[in-house]
Amino acid sequence: MMVPDRPRISLLGTSALLFEAPGAFDLPHQRRIWALAATASKWTDIREAVPGITNLMLTFETPPRQLDALIAALNDAWDTAEGLAIGGREIRLPVTYGGEIGSQLQSVADHCSLSIDDVVAIHAAPLYTVFALGSHPGYCYLGGMDPRITMPRRQTPLQRSAGGSVSIGGSQTGVSASPGPSGWHAIGHTSWTFFDPSWPTPAALVPGDTIRFVIERVIR
Amino acid sequence: MIEILSVTGPASIQDLGRFDQYRFGVGTSGAMDDVALRAGNILLGNDENAAAVEIPIMPFRLRFDRNIAFALTGAAVEAEIAGRAIPPWWRSYARAGDILNIKAMSHGARSYLAVGGGIDVPMVLGSRSTQFRGEFGGLHGRPLQVGDILPCATSTAAIGEFGIEPAGITLARPNAAADESIVRVIVAGEYDAFEATAQELFWSSSWTITPQSNRYGYRLQGPAVKPKAPVEKRSHGIVPGVIQIPPNGQPIIQMRDAQTSGGYPKIATVIGADLWRVGQARLGGKLRFEQTAYTDALAAEDDMSAYLDRLRTNMRLVEEAGTCR
Repeated sequence: MMVPDRPRISLLGTSALLFEAPGAFDLPHQRRIWALAATASKWTDIREAVPGITNLMLTFETPPRQLDALIAALNDAWDTAEGLAIGGREIRLPVTYGGEIGSQLQSVADHCSLSIDDVVAIHAAPLYTVFALGSHPGYCYLGGMDPRITMPRRQTPLQRSAGGSVSIGGSQTGVSASPGPSGWHAIGHTSWTFFDPSWPTPAALVPGDTIRFVIERVIR
Repeated sequence: MIEILSVTGPASIQDLGRFDQYRFGVGTSGAMDDVALRAGNILLGNDENAAAVEIPIMPFRLRFDRNIAFALTGAAVEAEIAGRAIPPWWRSYARAGDILNIKAMSHGARSYLAVGGGIDVPMVLGSRSTQFRGEFGGLHGRPLQVGDILPCATSTAAIGEFGIEPAGITLARPNAAADESIVRVIVAGEYDAFEATAQELFWSSSWTITPQSNRYGYRLQGPAVKPKAPVEKRSHGIVPGVIQIPPNGQPIIQMRDAQTSGGYPKIATVIGADLWRVGQARLGGKLRFEQTAYTDALAAEDDMSAYLDRLRTNMRLVEEAGTCR
């Protein structure tokens, strides 16, 4: 696939805009996204600057009348953005791979022409970085997955997937914080509280934190 | 207070929504028809963000435990207060012990019951809207059940009966057939990933709203619209109104309880001024999409604001006239 060398900026209707950085899905690019988010969140008319995976969504307080000025400002800010290195905490998450909740473990192994043990070992090896929060309350997108266990998202999303599911979607992995619909493939599960609206900051993890999956058990 | 006597579908407490918590993965929630919610609150002299009950399926019955003004807006419903028929888009008044019976819905998909002062559930992360996925907000973060008691704030709201013109009439779109909604959209990031023939299918089709449609999203059925090559996006933020095309080629319109991010290709986004029309589109009904430029979308928002401004002005005049008498 061709990688454009300029950012792509597109509208999400009248309530938001999406900035997609050129280049790889890696930590240096993500650190520039965090820097861009910190800058853009201070602009007038911007309600929130929401990092995704090497991209940034800006939601509008009111839809800007002058889109060109906003787009130019974003491009300028990206060009000058120095990577923001966030020194986060390291969280160890015990995971049961396979079983009823992780029922797609075999499918991922088949798709990637690997054994179940290989998939588990490859998935649990890296120190993952929380790149962004999104999807549902407290959910973390993680960077650092080994591309050998990439599997495209589902043809049709599931209406309900269990809370605590450890899943793979494309070249990304993550742990659902509560039950809900999902287009990803669950390979295991964990019990951990990611979100509580009564906490001063409702999400347990923030971008820059790191996660290590600890293999608690593998159910074949 | 209000006691729920009978509830058929997933009714919930909603205000305009929770708009600044995306960075924690928390979506907006909020009324599927924000115009109807605002109109109901304007009728009662409430803050326009006051919480109301969103009711998607009838019958729905409740009892008021004190004298209170209320309004029904949104879908066209057949309703009675203490046995007396009341039209939709109408402010009325209940006495302690009166039963409100919303018997049927003839047009539209959601009715809003607003009360003088608003439904007084706690504000959680800046909103009273129910967050189903996170199980917070609204009443215990869940749909309403028989026996639930809803606290109501005190109010100095006017109590005379009064009706207003429904948004669906004032803001009617030309050329919409019966049980078909036409919504304006702005093309989104992956529009060009589709061949001209696929784009044409998207615009020309009359999409059927499947029974899998709800507050999370509207799943549509029609001819498969597929990109030139499979598209796997890196996960990015999305907002209510975004129309994704999963690999099966059947569009999904993300709605108020949608995930805050996604990776399926986006072909277009419903403009803010038309999102309520989707919220009032019925299961089994049809939807068509009309391409709109950003500047025209802003003009459409101005039309919607003008409608609400007229309501505010009219209500002020009515209250002033009432005071003079």
